[in-house]
Amino acid sequence: MTAATAPLPRVVVLDYGSGNLRSAQRAVARAGAEVTVTDDLDAAAAADGLVVPGVGAFAACMAGIEALRAGPVIAERVAAGRPVLGICVGMQVLFEYGEEHGVVTKGLGLLPGGVTGLAAERVPHMGWNTVAPPPGSRLFAGLPADARFYFVHSYAPTDVAGLAAAGALPTTAEHGGRFVAAVERGPLSAAQFHPEKSAEAGRVLLHNWLATL
Amino acid sequence: MTVAVRVIPCLDVDAGRVVKGVNFVDLRDAGDPVELAAAYDEAGADELTFLDVTASSDDRGTMLDVVRRTAETVFIPLTVGGGVRKVADVDVLLRAGADKVGVNTAAIARPELIAEIAERFGRQVLVLSLDVRRTPAGTETDSGFEVTTHGGRRGTGMDAVGWAARAAELGAGEILLNSMDADGTKSGFDLELIGAVRRVVDVPVVASGGAGAVAHFPPAVAAGADAVLAASVFHFGELSVGEVKDALRGAGHPVR
Repeated sequence: MTAATAPLPRVVVLDYGSGNLRSAQRAVARAGAEVTVTDDLDAAAAADGLVVPGVGAFAACMAGIEALRAGPVIAERVAAGRPVLGICVGMQVLFEYGEEHGVVTKGLGLLPGGVTGLAAERVPHMGWNTVAPPPGSRLFAGLPADARFYFVHSYAPTDVAGLAAAGALPTTAEHGGRFVAAVERGPLSAAQFHPEKSAEAGRVLLHNWLATL
Repeated sequence: MTVAVRVIPCLDVDAGRVVKGVNFVDLRDAGDPVELAAAYDEAGADELTFLDVTASSDDRGTMLDVVRRTAETVFIPLTVGGGVRKVADVDVLLRAGADKVGVNTAAIARPELIAEIAERFGRQVLVLSLDVRRTPAGTETDSGFEVTTHGGRRGTGMDAVGWAARAAELGAGEILLNSMDADGTKSGFDLELIGAVRRVVDVPVVASGGAGAVAHFPPAVAAGADAVLAASVFHFGELSVGEVKDALRGAGHPVR
């Protein structure tokens, strides 16, 4: 039972003024980590894993990240092979740009392509949906094919081929068309849905992410 | 695959306690919203709604504590409504751990509140709640439905379908449609109302009011509801979340 005595991984949830951080903190802790919510960049750089949350507008989230000067910390972690998990708009900002109401905002550019409006009959895409992970996915290991995750968003990246060409593993979902529901590339992981709000399926996914730390 | 129809139990909370009788087995304290929320999570609820019916503003802090403790123990989305009057009220609830916030009367008085909340936090946090009835004799609206206040007792003369459309345009991310005519009857959802609102908005619609049997749920979805909400039938154990999902699944609707 070495797992019981091994120290828990240390995770920082980056607080740049966006979202329900309490849920993210508790959900990651329940999956098996010691979690701190902070805007301290040294702590964000030093943690075993960094969670970048985000809800609301792409532009507002990027403004929050830039105000904190957190972009370089996220990029340096990824370059150094140190795990980062983006959630919801925290995933979207990892891409090159976001387009909302005709306004294009530059993203962190760690993943190729942009984030655009969902072309669906019902927007926001709100509720529990299934996903299609690619072979080799670590995030979705052990989850049944009909596992559902909680989504709430009106925008998403859609360039699945571009991600694959860049060496990433894109997981897709369908809502009025195919979009990117999650991405894995080396130390960089991201989910458009909210694992912290996705009950048992979310717990398993977060546990899988913690296993990569 | 498509997004699942959500089944949402709603709890009325007064000064930190669940009101309207709750008759759940195996609960230590059936009046504790946190414990009840955990039980519904366990039972497969897709989301939870707390309606704060606290009359005294002195007890508002109690509700925040309930939200906080719920968010720490239950990992499904939580909507909190009741008494939300300004942007700062939304901020406090989101920080406490709510995922979505319901706005009702304050938006009727001042529709710009919807845009203000959506701009600040994104439209996905904002649920516009409407208490709707058919217009009484002697009055009329374009759709034949009007918005009410004071728990359905007071008419506003506002067209309910028009208001839903305007609220969605202003930035509401979801419409919680309460039929005051159907509420408490246990004779089924108001399908005509659901259909009328569905035709004018592209945001999700949550149907509420009138659920009395599992057979009532699939027609609400067929009429255009993306989610179904009920209170007493769940609280009294008359129906379980699982039975409702079985009925929906049997009718060909995707469920979690």
